[in-house]
Amino acid sequence: MGNIRVLIVDDHRLFRSGVRAELGDSIEVIGEAEDVESAVRTIAELQPDVVLLDVHMPGGGGQEVLRRVLGAGSQVRFLALSVSDAAEDVIGVIRGGARGYVTKTISGRELTDAIRRVAEGDAVFSPRLAGFVLDAFASTEAPPIDPELDSLTQREREVLRLIARGYAYKEIAKELFISVKTVETHVSSVLRKLQLSNRHELSRWATARRLV
Amino acid sequence: MRPVPPPCDDDMAMTDRQTSRGPAAADTTPHDAAPAAVGEAGFPRLLRLVEGRLVAGVAQGVAAQLRLDPVVLRLAFVLLTVLDGIGAVVYAALWMFTPRAPYEGRDPGRDWSQVAAYGAIGLALLALRWLTGASTGGIGAWPIAIGGIGSLILWQQADPDRRQRWMDSTVGQARKSRVRTFAGLVLVVVGAIGFLAANDELDQARPGIVFTLVVVGGVALIAAPWLAGLWKELQRERRERIRQEERAEFAAHVHDSVLHTLTLIQRNAHDSREVMRLARSQERELRNWLYQPKQDADASVAAAVRRAAAEEEDAHGVPIEVVCVGDCPLTPELSAMMQAARQAMVNAAKYSESPVVSVYAEVEPGEVTVFVRDRGVGFDMSEVPEDRMGIRQSIIGRMERNGGSARVRTELGEGTEVMLTMKLESS
Repeated sequence: MGNIRVLIVDDHRLFRSGVRAELGDSIEVIGEAEDVESAVRTIAELQPDVVLLDVHMPGGGGQEVLRRVLGAGSQVRFLALSVSDAAEDVIGVIRGGARGYVTKTISGRELTDAIRRVAEGDAVFSPRLAGFVLDAFASTEAPPIDPELDSLTQREREVLRLIARGYAYKEIAKELFISVKTVETHVSSVLRKLQLSNRHELSRWATARRLV
Repeated sequence: MRPVPPPCDDDMAMTDRQTSRGPAAADTTPHDAAPAAVGEAGFPRLLRLVEGRLVAGVAQGVAAQLRLDPVVLRLAFVLLTVLDGIGAVVYAALWMFTPRAPYEGRDPGRDWSQVAAYGAIGLALLALRWLTGASTGGIGAWPIAIGGIGSLILWQQADPDRRQRWMDSTVGQARKSRVRTFAGLVLVVVGAIGFLAANDELDQARPGIVFTLVVVGGVALIAAPWLAGLWKELQRERRERIRQEERAEFAAHVHDSVLHTLTLIQRNAHDSREVMRLARSQERELRNWLYQPKQDADASVAAAVRRAAAEEEDAHGVPIEVVCVGDCPLTPELSAMMQAARQAMVNAAKYSESPVVSVYAEVEPGEVTVFVRDRGVGFDMSEVPEDRMGIRQSIIGRMERNGGSARVRTELGEGTEVMLTMKLESS
């Protein structure tokens, strides 16, 4: 596999250049954008493999970019990158279609890994996102409408729990005696549930958590 | 000081001169206020005095003007009100057209026993009139009604400082006062009808009541748009004020914490570890302020874990990442568990040489679990001396004494994970 072509979308110039400098050799930054308009335009023009997407931006933020790009039928993959830890933002951007969410404090090596994983079509969960998902799916009182989408399997729960405990995929595989590929499958399946589940509680949970 | 409002266009006399008076005049007692005021302006302006007032300070103001004892004026007002209601109308009119004397500080309370005394005198006179059959019936009652309505509306108009007080009251209070007003109105109406019915005068009073209703309706029609406008303006001002307060709070917070930390970072620029610690600590603090609901660290598991992690991170300069799932109130057993978890964080931060420590706390219906994990050097459990208090006593021993369990997984070079479990008593 050749170099992964990445577009950085962030309204802070300093941060864009910082990320550019940190990414490994296997990642090729093909462009930058600083707001929703230029992001949508540049994505359509350059067709990057992965878009590093800031959540908070003038003009609607990352969710607006996701809505417009994915809404137009594009297959570009997004990795959300933000300083925000608010459940509302995290859940919102994942439900908007991003394949992963990492915080900006992530190291360059970890970010490179995350980009590679997203480029390969897998999902990237930070410990905090895993915690949010466990919390959101645990707080169910009403019976699920669609059992397949609205609840996690025992195995998925175990995987998420290990991510929340700070385990890398490789360590999870070792811990559960499964292959890394299987771990990735579980995480992708959780991502799918997170995006497709109609459980209105999910969005409400995220908002309520902010407002407690 | 509050500017004295311009005099109203009226023929009530004594308000044609506008002289601004200092607080010194307001501080004087009613008895010597009059000569002082005359000396100052030659022809003093009628003012409602705040200190010593019983209702609105009108009688006192007039008394000062006429150099009489306020008691005389008060008795006159009561008498005129009882006779044919004109006293109340005059009082209300004076209340409306007379500006309040400037007064610094909180409004003094009223002497309610005196108010009650005048009220009793009024009632006694009324009773006397009724007993002696001197009552003129419906025609004598309508001025009182008009006077009452008038004073109500006048009271609404009141003075700017009262409007100020409305704005100070919170929404909840406003709602409460609305309920109170409504309840009061219902009581008054029910009481009046009851009184008339009890005296078999309901039929006679009907024309009077209809008349009153027409007058009330007319006045309401005239006053409603104006009152609505005033209300809208008040709401707008209040919103603006809240916004300003929020902005001020935000600025104060940013100044106290963020700018302060940035200064510290510049001064410690040579010490990368200290810079890191300061930045982490400030980041956490700001994040909590922005995104976390205010929590009492003595009340819930998640808050206690977060606080312990924050404090140990500050103390040892190693980032501690916390993820919490679920929450529940702290019990004595769980508090002991929090201490064990804190000890595990201290060990990881101090000895493991791991760049980061991960803490995961999960509250399930019957169980609380806390994991503290590092990717540091690890150690050999069997080689830990018996007398080392950290792991054996502070973590494992403490958990077992409180009915929980602790498991330590470690390997040289593989890092360490401490797992604490505490069963919850099902309630």
